[in-house]
Amino acid sequence: MISKTYLPGLLRFIFICNLVFFVVACGTDKKNKKGQGDEVGLEDFISDDDIFDDINKAKKIFYSLPSPLETAMLIKSAGADYDPELLNDLGNVRNYITNKSKALNLGIYTTDLSFASLFDQTQTSINYMNASRSMAEALDITDAIDNETIKNLENNLDNRDKVMDIISETFLNSSSYLKENDRQGVAAIVLVGGWIEGLYIAAELVGNSPIEDNKLADRILEQKLSFNIVERMLEDNRTNEEGEEDVDIVSLIEQIQDLKTAFDKVMIESTQIEVDADEQSNVSTLKSKTNISVTPEDFKQLQIVINKLRTDFIQ
Amino acid sequence: MKNILRVIIILGLFVSVQSYTNAQCKGFAKKICKLELIPYIHDGNYHAAVLTEGEEAELYKTFYSDQEYRIAICGSDALPDIEFQVIDAHKNVLYDNRNNGLNRIWDFTLESSQQLKISVKVPVGNSESEYPASGCVAIMFGFREK
Repeated sequence: MISKTYLPGLLRFIFICNLVFFVVACGTDKKNKKGQGDEVGLEDFISDDDIFDDINKAKKIFYSLPSPLETAMLIKSAGADYDPELLNDLGNVRNYITNKSKALNLGIYTTDLSFASLFDQTQTSINYMNASRSMAEALDITDAIDNETIKNLENNLDNRDKVMDIISETFLNSSSYLKENDRQGVAAIVLVGGWIEGLYIAAELVGNSPIEDNKLADRILEQKLSFNIVERMLEDNRTNEEGEEDVDIVSLIEQIQDLKTAFDKVMIESTQIEVDADEQSNVSTLKSKTNISVTPEDFKQLQIVINKLRTDFIQ
Repeated sequence: MKNILRVIIILGLFVSVQSYTNAQCKGFAKKICKLELIPYIHDGNYHAAVLTEGEEAELYKTFYSDQEYRIAICGSDALPDIEFQVIDAHKNVLYDNRNNGLNRIWDFTLESSQQLKISVKVPVGNSESEYPASGCVAIMFGFREK
Protein backbone atom coordinates (compact mmCIF):
# COMPACT_ATOMS: atom_id res chain seq x y z
CA MET A 1 0.00 0.00 0.00
CA ILE A 2 1.37 3.42 -0.90
CA SER A 3 0.68 6.02 1.74
CA LYS A 4 -0.72 9.45 0.85
CA THR A 5 2.55 11.12 1.81
CA TYR A 6 4.31 9.30 -1.04
CA LEU A 7 1.76 10.36 -3.59
CA PRO A 8 3.16 13.74 -4.78
CA GLY A 9 6.64 12.23 -5.08
CA LEU A 10 5.24 9.24 -6.88
CA LEU A 11 3.36 11.40 -9.36
CA ARG A 12 6.50 13.43 -9.99
CA PHE A 13 8.44 10.21 -10.56
CA ILE A 14 5.86 8.95 -13.05
CA PHE A 15 5.99 12.31 -14.82
CA ILE A 16 9.79 12.12 -15.04
CA CYS A 17 9.55 8.53 -16.32
CA ASN A 18 7.14 9.75 -19.00
CA LEU A 19 9.51 12.53 -19.98
CA VAL A 20 12.41 10.08 -20.20
CA PHE A 21 10.26 7.72 -22.24
CA PHE A 22 9.28 10.40 -24.72
CA VAL A 23 12.87 11.60 -25.10
CA VAL A 24 14.10 8.03 -25.70
CA ALA A 25 11.17 7.19 -27.96
CA CYS A 26 11.75 10.26 -30.05
CA GLY A 27 15.49 9.84 -30.12
CA THR A 28 15.45 7.47 -33.08
CA ASP A 29 13.15 9.73 -35.04
CA LYS A 30 15.24 12.78 -34.38
CA LYS A 31 18.44 10.98 -35.22
CA ASN A 32 17.02 9.99 -38.59
CA LYS A 33 15.60 13.39 -39.23
CA LYS A 34 18.79 15.21 -38.36
CA GLY A 35 20.61 13.07 -40.87
CA GLN A 36 18.04 13.95 -43.44
CA GLY A 37 17.84 17.62 -42.68
CA ASP A 38 20.30 18.87 -45.26
CA GLU A 39 19.75 16.26 -47.89
CA VAL A 40 16.08 15.49 -47.58
CA GLY A 41 14.30 16.30 -50.36
CA LEU A 42 11.23 15.93 -52.43
CA GLU A 43 13.94 17.74 -54.40
CA ASP A 44 12.49 17.08 -57.80
CA PHE A 45 9.50 19.08 -56.94
CA ILE A 46 10.74 21.73 -54.59
CA SER A 47 13.04 24.33 -56.02
CA ASP A 48 14.51 25.33 -52.64
CA ASP A 49 14.99 22.42 -50.33
CA ASP A 50 15.07 24.75 -47.31
CA ILE A 51 11.42 23.82 -46.84
CA PHE A 52 13.03 21.32 -44.49
CA ASP A 53 14.94 23.94 -42.53
CA ASP A 54 12.56 23.57 -39.63
CA ILE A 55 12.32 19.80 -39.73
CA ASN A 56 14.27 19.30 -36.51
CA LYS A 57 11.82 21.47 -34.64
CA ALA A 58 8.96 19.10 -35.28
CA LYS A 59 8.60 16.28 -32.81
CA LYS A 60 6.80 14.06 -35.24
CA ILE A 61 6.99 13.81 -39.03
CA PHE A 62 4.32 11.95 -40.98
CA TYR A 63 4.56 10.91 -44.61
CA SER A 64 1.12 10.20 -46.01
CA LEU A 65 0.57 8.10 -49.12
CA PRO A 66 -2.77 7.74 -50.86
CA SER A 67 -4.59 4.93 -49.02
CA PRO A 68 -5.96 1.97 -51.03
CA LEU A 69 -9.37 3.62 -50.97
CA GLU A 70 -8.09 6.97 -52.22
CA THR A 71 -5.95 5.21 -54.84
CA ALA A 72 -8.98 3.34 -56.19
CA MET A 73 -11.02 6.55 -56.20
CA LEU A 74 -8.28 8.39 -58.13
CA ILE A 75 -8.26 5.68 -60.79
CA LYS A 76 -12.02 5.65 -61.11
CA SER A 77 -12.34 9.42 -61.28
CA ALA A 78 -9.81 9.42 -64.12
CA GLY A 79 -12.29 7.45 -66.20
CA ALA A 80 -11.04 3.90 -65.64
CA ASP A 81 -13.14 0.86 -66.53
CA TYR A 82 -13.47 -2.15 -64.27
CA ASP A 83 -11.44 -5.18 -65.31
CA PRO A 84 -11.54 -8.15 -62.90
CA GLU A 85 -8.58 -9.74 -64.66
CA LEU A 86 -6.31 -7.08 -63.19
CA LEU A 87 -7.00 -7.99 -59.55
CA ASN A 88 -4.61 -10.22 -57.64
CA ASP A 89 -5.85 -13.80 -57.77
CA LEU A 90 -7.61 -14.84 -54.56
CA GLY A 91 -5.90 -18.22 -54.76
CA ASN A 92 -2.58 -16.52 -54.10
CA VAL A 93 -3.53 -15.88 -50.45
CA ARG A 94 -1.91 -19.12 -49.33
CA ASN A 95 1.37 -18.27 -51.08
CA TYR A 96 2.26 -15.40 -48.78
CA ILE A 97 4.46 -16.75 -46.03
CA THR A 98 6.90 -13.96 -45.20
CA ASN A 99 5.87 -10.87 -43.24
CA LYS A 100 6.88 -8.69 -46.17
CA SER A 101 4.71 -10.54 -48.70
CA LYS A 102 1.78 -10.58 -46.26
CA ALA A 103 2.09 -6.83 -45.70
CA LEU A 104 2.46 -5.99 -49.41
CA ASN A 105 -0.54 -8.12 -50.27
CA LEU A 106 -2.68 -6.74 -47.47
CA GLY A 107 -2.25 -3.41 -49.27
CA ILE A 108 -2.78 -5.01 -52.69
CA TYR A 109 -5.96 -6.88 -51.73
CA THR A 110 -7.33 -3.77 -49.98
CA THR A 111 -6.83 -1.70 -53.14
CA ASP A 112 -8.51 -4.47 -55.18
CA LEU A 113 -11.36 -4.53 -52.67
CA SER A 114 -11.73 -0.76 -52.95
CA PHE A 115 -11.58 -0.87 -56.75
CA ALA A 116 -14.24 -3.62 -56.97
CA SER A 117 -16.48 -1.80 -54.48
CA LEU A 118 -16.36 1.47 -56.40
CA PHE A 119 -17.69 -0.43 -59.41
CA ASP A 120 -20.42 -2.10 -57.33
CA GLN A 121 -18.96 -5.58 -57.70
CA THR A 122 -20.71 -7.02 -54.69
CA GLN A 123 -19.55 -10.66 -54.52
CA THR A 124 -16.02 -9.69 -55.55
CA SER A 125 -15.96 -7.10 -52.75
CA ILE A 126 -16.86 -9.74 -50.16
CA ASN A 127 -14.24 -12.13 -51.55
CA TYR A 128 -11.53 -9.46 -51.43
CA MET A 129 -12.56 -8.37 -47.94
CA ASN A 130 -12.01 -11.99 -46.90
CA ALA A 131 -8.61 -12.04 -48.61
CA SER A 132 -7.66 -8.81 -46.80
CA ARG A 133 -8.82 -10.38 -43.56
CA SER A 134 -6.59 -13.41 -44.16
CA MET A 135 -3.59 -11.17 -44.70
CA ALA A 136 -4.37 -9.04 -41.63
CA GLU A 137 -4.76 -12.13 -39.44
CA ALA A 138 -1.55 -13.61 -40.84
CA LEU A 139 0.19 -10.42 -39.69
CA ASP A 140 -1.38 -10.80 -36.21
CA ILE A 141 -3.42 -7.66 -36.65
CA THR A 142 -6.27 -8.49 -34.35
CA ASP A 143 -9.83 -7.26 -34.80
CA ALA A 144 -9.13 -5.14 -37.91
CA ILE A 145 -11.57 -7.24 -39.94
CA ASP A 146 -13.85 -9.65 -38.11
CA ASN A 147 -17.09 -11.54 -38.79
CA GLU A 148 -19.02 -8.43 -37.87
CA THR A 149 -17.19 -6.45 -40.58
CA ILE A 150 -18.01 -9.04 -43.25
CA LYS A 151 -21.64 -9.18 -42.11
CA ASN A 152 -21.84 -5.40 -42.12
CA LEU A 153 -20.44 -5.33 -45.65
CA GLU A 154 -22.92 -7.97 -46.85
CA ASN A 155 -25.83 -6.01 -45.38
CA ASN A 156 -24.82 -2.76 -47.05
CA LEU A 157 -23.68 -3.85 -50.50
CA ASP A 158 -26.28 -1.65 -52.17
CA ASN A 159 -25.03 1.45 -50.35
CA ARG A 160 -21.71 2.50 -51.86
CA ASP A 161 -20.99 5.24 -49.31
CA LYS A 162 -21.49 2.77 -46.46
CA VAL A 163 -19.28 0.21 -48.20
CA MET A 164 -16.53 2.83 -48.57
CA ASP A 165 -16.93 3.72 -44.92
CA ILE A 166 -16.50 0.06 -43.94
CA ILE A 167 -13.36 -0.26 -46.08
CA SER A 168 -11.97 2.96 -44.63
CA GLU A 169 -12.67 1.71 -41.10
CA THR A 170 -10.93 -1.62 -41.66
CA PHE A 171 -7.87 0.09 -43.10
CA LEU A 172 -7.83 2.52 -40.18
CA ASN A 173 -8.02 -0.44 -37.78
CA SER A 174 -5.05 -2.13 -39.45
CA SER A 175 -2.87 0.95 -39.75
CA SER A 176 -3.59 2.20 -36.23
CA TYR A 177 -2.97 -1.26 -34.77
CA LEU A 178 0.41 -1.50 -36.51
CA LYS A 179 1.51 2.00 -35.57
CA GLU A 180 0.39 1.75 -31.96
CA ASN A 181 2.29 -1.52 -31.63
CA ASP A 182 5.55 -0.10 -32.95
CA ARG A 183 5.23 -1.87 -36.30
CA GLN A 184 5.46 1.28 -38.42
CA GLY A 185 7.68 -0.56 -40.89
CA VAL A 186 4.93 -3.09 -41.62
CA ALA A 187 2.39 -0.26 -41.93
CA ALA A 188 4.66 1.43 -44.49
CA ILE A 189 4.99 -1.79 -46.54
CA VAL A 190 1.19 -2.23 -46.55
CA LEU A 191 0.82 1.30 -47.95
CA VAL A 192 3.45 0.74 -50.64
CA GLY A 193 1.73 -2.51 -51.69
CA GLY A 194 -1.62 -0.76 -52.04
CA TRP A 195 -0.10 2.18 -53.89
CA ILE A 196 1.76 -0.04 -56.39
CA GLU A 197 -1.46 -1.99 -57.02
CA GLY A 198 -3.19 1.26 -57.96
CA LEU A 199 -0.33 2.16 -60.30
CA TYR A 200 -0.49 -1.31 -61.83
CA ILE A 201 -4.24 -1.21 -62.48
CA ALA A 202 -3.97 2.26 -64.00
CA ALA A 203 -0.92 1.37 -66.13
CA GLU A 204 -2.58 -1.77 -67.48
CA LEU A 205 -5.77 0.12 -68.28
CA VAL A 206 -3.82 2.73 -70.25
CA GLY A 207 -2.14 -0.09 -72.16
CA ASN A 208 -1.05 1.10 -75.60
CA SER A 209 -3.43 4.05 -75.76
CA PRO A 210 -1.87 7.42 -76.64
CA ILE A 211 -0.89 9.36 -73.52
CA GLU A 212 -1.75 12.80 -74.93
CA ASP A 213 -4.84 14.14 -73.16
CA ASN A 214 -5.15 10.84 -71.33
CA LYS A 215 -6.36 11.49 -67.79
CA LEU A 216 -5.43 8.05 -66.52
CA ALA A 217 -1.90 8.43 -67.89
CA ASP A 218 -1.67 11.81 -66.15
CA ARG A 219 -2.75 10.17 -62.88
CA ILE A 220 0.13 7.70 -63.21
CA LEU A 221 2.64 10.44 -63.98
CA GLU A 222 1.44 12.55 -61.05
CA GLN A 223 2.40 9.69 -58.77
CA LYS A 224 5.95 10.95 -59.11
CA LEU A 225 4.94 13.37 -56.35
CA SER A 226 3.89 10.50 -54.11
CA PHE A 227 6.99 8.49 -55.03
CA ASN A 228 9.06 11.09 -53.20
CA ILE A 229 6.94 10.45 -50.14
CA VAL A 230 7.35 6.67 -50.52
CA GLU A 231 11.13 7.13 -50.47
CA ARG A 232 11.06 9.34 -47.37
CA MET A 233 8.63 7.05 -45.57
CA LEU A 234 10.74 3.94 -46.22
CA GLU A 235 13.97 5.71 -45.25
CA ASP A 236 12.29 6.82 -42.04
CA ASN A 237 11.59 3.18 -41.21
CA ARG A 238 14.91 1.74 -42.38
CA THR A 239 16.10 1.18 -38.82
CA ASN A 240 14.11 0.19 -35.77
CA GLU A 241 14.35 1.77 -32.34
CA GLU A 242 17.31 -0.44 -31.44
CA GLY A 243 19.14 0.91 -34.47
CA GLU A 244 18.93 -2.40 -36.36
CA GLU A 245 18.18 -2.37 -40.07
CA ASP A 246 14.77 -3.65 -41.10
CA VAL A 247 15.65 -6.14 -43.84
CA ASP A 248 12.18 -5.99 -45.38
CA ILE A 249 12.34 -2.22 -45.72
CA VAL A 250 15.90 -2.31 -47.04
CA SER A 251 14.98 -4.86 -49.72
CA LEU A 252 11.89 -2.84 -50.65
CA ILE A 253 14.01 0.29 -51.08
CA GLU A 254 16.24 -1.68 -53.46
CA GLN A 255 13.22 -3.01 -55.35
CA ILE A 256 11.84 0.44 -56.08
CA GLN A 257 15.06 1.86 -57.55
CA ASP A 258 13.99 1.10 -61.13
CA LEU A 259 10.74 2.92 -60.44
CA LYS A 260 12.75 5.90 -59.24
CA THR A 261 14.77 5.88 -62.46
CA ALA A 262 11.57 5.71 -64.50
CA PHE A 263 9.94 8.56 -62.56
CA ASP A 264 13.11 10.63 -62.94
CA LYS A 265 12.25 10.91 -66.65
CA VAL A 266 8.94 12.58 -65.81
CA MET A 267 9.02 16.38 -65.57
CA ILE A 268 6.41 18.17 -63.49
CA GLU A 269 6.28 21.96 -63.42
CA SER A 270 3.74 23.92 -61.51
CA THR A 271 2.80 27.58 -61.35
CA GLN A 272 2.39 29.48 -58.10
CA ILE A 273 -0.75 28.49 -56.21
CA GLU A 274 -3.44 31.11 -55.63
CA VAL A 275 -6.09 30.42 -53.03
CA ASP A 276 -9.65 31.29 -53.93
CA ALA A 277 -11.74 31.02 -50.77
CA ASP A 278 -15.44 30.65 -51.53
CA GLU A 279 -17.23 32.03 -48.49
CA GLN A 280 -20.57 30.56 -49.50
CA SER A 281 -19.51 26.96 -49.92
CA ASN A 282 -16.57 27.23 -47.49
CA VAL A 283 -14.53 25.27 -50.01
CA SER A 284 -11.30 26.92 -51.14
CA THR A 285 -9.86 26.30 -54.57
CA LEU A 286 -6.11 26.05 -55.00
CA LYS A 287 -5.62 27.57 -58.43
CA SER A 288 -2.51 26.65 -60.38
CA LYS A 289 -1.44 25.08 -63.63
CA THR A 290 0.77 22.05 -63.91
CA ASN A 291 2.69 20.86 -66.93
CA ILE A 292 3.64 17.18 -67.01
CA SER A 293 5.96 15.98 -69.72
CA VAL A 294 7.34 12.57 -70.65
CA THR A 295 8.16 10.85 -73.93
CA PRO A 296 5.98 7.91 -75.07
CA GLU A 297 9.05 5.66 -74.77
CA ASP A 298 9.69 6.71 -71.19
CA PHE A 299 6.03 6.21 -70.34
CA LYS A 300 6.20 2.71 -71.81
CA GLN A 301 9.28 2.02 -69.68
CA LEU A 302 7.40 3.25 -66.61
CA GLN A 303 4.57 0.81 -67.41
CA ILE A 304 7.07 -2.05 -67.75
CA VAL A 305 8.73 -1.24 -64.42
CA ILE A 306 5.38 -1.01 -62.63
CA ASN A 307 4.28 -4.34 -64.10
CA LYS A 308 7.50 -6.05 -63.01
CA LEU A 309 7.33 -4.63 -59.49
CA ARG A 310 3.74 -5.74 -59.04
CA THR A 311 4.52 -9.21 -60.45
CA ASP A 312 7.31 -9.52 -57.89
CA PHE A 313 5.00 -8.40 -55.09
CA ILE A 314 2.23 -10.92 -55.76
CA GLN A 315 4.50 -13.94 -56.28
CA MET B 1 12.56 -5.43 -0.53
CA LYS B 2 9.97 -2.76 0.04
CA ASN B 3 11.87 -0.43 -2.31
CA ILE B 4 12.11 -3.05 -5.05
CA LEU B 5 8.38 -3.64 -4.78
CA ARG B 6 7.78 0.09 -5.04
CA VAL B 7 9.94 0.36 -8.18
CA ILE B 8 8.10 -2.58 -9.75
CA ILE B 9 4.75 -0.96 -9.00
CA ILE B 10 5.92 2.37 -10.44
CA LEU B 11 7.30 0.77 -13.58
CA GLY B 12 4.09 -1.23 -13.98
CA LEU B 13 2.12 1.97 -13.66
CA PHE B 14 4.39 3.67 -16.15
CA VAL B 15 3.96 0.92 -18.77
CA SER B 16 0.21 0.92 -18.20
CA VAL B 17 0.08 4.69 -18.64
CA GLN B 18 1.91 4.39 -21.98
CA SER B 19 -0.36 1.60 -23.28
CA TYR B 20 -3.38 3.49 -22.07
CA THR B 21 -2.19 6.68 -23.78
CA ASN B 22 -1.65 4.82 -27.08
CA ALA B 23 -5.04 3.15 -26.93
CA GLN B 24 -6.61 6.46 -25.98
CA CYS B 25 -5.02 8.16 -28.99
CA LYS B 26 -6.33 5.51 -31.35
CA GLY B 27 -9.80 5.75 -29.82
CA PHE B 28 -9.69 9.55 -29.98
CA ALA B 29 -8.83 9.52 -33.70
CA LYS B 30 -11.46 6.92 -34.55
CA LYS B 31 -14.33 7.97 -32.34
CA ILE B 32 -13.96 11.74 -32.12
CA CYS B 33 -11.75 13.25 -34.81
CA LYS B 34 -13.12 11.07 -37.62
CA LEU B 35 -16.58 12.56 -37.05
CA GLU B 36 -15.21 15.94 -38.13
CA LEU B 37 -14.79 14.53 -41.64
CA ILE B 38 -18.50 13.91 -42.24
CA PRO B 39 -19.80 14.09 -45.03
CA TYR B 40 -16.41 13.35 -46.59
CA ILE B 41 -15.08 9.78 -46.73
CA HIS B 42 -12.13 9.15 -44.48
CA ASP B 43 -9.16 7.85 -46.51
CA GLY B 44 -8.41 5.22 -43.84
CA ASN B 45 -4.92 6.46 -42.96
CA TYR B 46 -3.97 6.90 -39.31
CA HIS B 47 -1.77 9.83 -38.27
CA ALA B 48 -1.85 10.55 -34.55
CA ALA B 49 0.70 11.17 -31.83
CA VAL B 50 0.90 12.31 -28.25
CA LEU B 51 2.19 15.89 -28.21
CA THR B 52 2.94 18.29 -25.38
CA GLU B 53 2.29 22.04 -25.28
CA GLY B 54 4.81 23.83 -27.49
CA GLU B 55 5.50 20.79 -29.68
CA GLU B 56 5.05 20.60 -33.44
CA ALA B 57 4.34 17.92 -36.03
CA GLU B 58 4.49 17.94 -39.81
CA LEU B 59 2.82 15.86 -42.47
CA TYR B 60 3.64 15.61 -46.18
CA LYS B 61 0.99 14.48 -48.63
CA THR B 62 0.12 14.76 -52.31
CA PHE B 63 -3.37 16.05 -53.01
CA TYR B 64 -4.91 15.38 -56.41
CA SER B 65 -7.02 17.42 -58.79
CA ASP B 66 -10.65 16.40 -59.35
CA GLN B 67 -11.03 15.51 -55.67
CA GLU B 68 -12.43 17.61 -52.87
CA TYR B 69 -10.54 17.26 -49.60
CA ARG B 70 -11.20 17.98 -45.97
CA ILE B 71 -8.35 18.22 -43.48
CA ALA B 72 -9.37 17.69 -39.86
CA ILE B 73 -6.89 18.34 -37.06
CA CYS B 74 -8.00 17.64 -33.54
CA GLY B 75 -6.43 17.69 -30.11
CA SER B 76 -7.74 15.93 -27.03
CA ASP B 77 -9.49 17.94 -24.31
CA ALA B 78 -6.34 18.31 -22.21
CA LEU B 79 -4.74 20.44 -24.92
CA PRO B 80 -5.40 24.01 -26.01
CA ASP B 81 -6.88 24.47 -29.52
CA ILE B 82 -4.44 23.16 -32.11
CA GLU B 83 -2.89 25.56 -34.64
CA PHE B 84 -2.22 24.41 -38.17
CA GLN B 85 -0.97 25.74 -41.49
CA VAL B 86 -1.08 24.31 -45.01
CA ILE B 87 2.09 25.17 -46.91
CA ASP B 88 3.00 24.62 -50.57
CA ALA B 89 6.29 23.53 -52.10
CA HIS B 90 7.46 27.14 -52.37
CA LYS B 91 6.76 27.68 -48.67
CA ASN B 92 3.73 29.86 -49.25
CA VAL B 93 1.16 29.54 -46.51
CA LEU B 94 -2.11 28.62 -48.21
CA TYR B 95 -4.16 28.36 -45.06
CA ASP B 96 -3.61 29.29 -41.44
CA ASN B 97 -6.32 28.38 -38.96
CA ARG B 98 -5.15 31.17 -36.63
CA ASN B 99 -6.76 33.55 -39.13
CA ASN B 100 -9.92 31.46 -39.10
CA GLY B 101 -10.92 31.11 -35.47
CA LEU B 102 -8.66 28.08 -34.92
CA ASN B 103 -10.97 25.96 -37.05
CA ARG B 104 -10.40 22.24 -36.81
CA ILE B 105 -11.23 21.64 -40.47
CA TRP B 106 -10.39 23.07 -43.87
CA ASP B 107 -12.12 22.09 -47.14
CA PHE B 108 -10.42 22.59 -50.46
CA THR B 109 -10.12 21.44 -54.02
CA LEU B 110 -7.24 21.71 -56.47
CA GLU B 111 -6.97 22.67 -60.11
CA SER B 112 -3.78 20.64 -60.35
CA SER B 113 -2.24 17.99 -58.12
CA GLN B 114 0.15 19.34 -55.50
CA GLN B 115 2.39 18.12 -52.74
CA LEU B 116 1.63 20.06 -49.56
CA LYS B 117 2.93 20.22 -46.03
CA ILE B 118 0.58 20.38 -43.03
CA SER B 119 2.32 21.99 -40.10
CA VAL B 120 0.69 21.47 -36.71
CA LYS B 121 1.50 23.15 -33.40
CA VAL B 122 0.20 22.68 -29.89
CA PRO B 123 0.36 26.20 -28.45
CA VAL B 124 1.31 26.79 -24.85
CA GLY B 125 -1.94 27.22 -22.95
CA ASN B 126 -2.81 29.45 -20.06
CA SER B 127 -3.11 26.66 -17.52
CA GLU B 128 -1.46 27.33 -14.17
CA SER B 129 -0.48 23.68 -13.86
CA GLU B 130 3.11 22.94 -12.87
CA TYR B 131 3.56 20.59 -15.84
CA PRO B 132 2.83 21.21 -19.54
CA ALA B 133 -0.27 19.44 -20.82
CA SER B 134 0.10 16.42 -23.10
CA GLY B 135 -2.52 14.80 -25.25
CA CYS B 136 -3.36 13.15 -28.49
CA VAL B 137 -3.29 15.09 -31.76
CA ALA B 138 -4.82 13.48 -34.86
CA ILE B 139 -4.47 14.58 -38.48
CA MET B 140 -7.14 13.07 -40.70
CA PHE B 141 -8.14 13.43 -44.35
CA GLY B 142 -11.48 13.00 -46.03
CA PHE B 143 -12.16 13.14 -49.74
CA ARG B 144 -14.95 12.99 -52.26
CA GLU B 145 -15.27 13.28 -56.00
CA LYS B 146 -15.79 16.80 -57.25
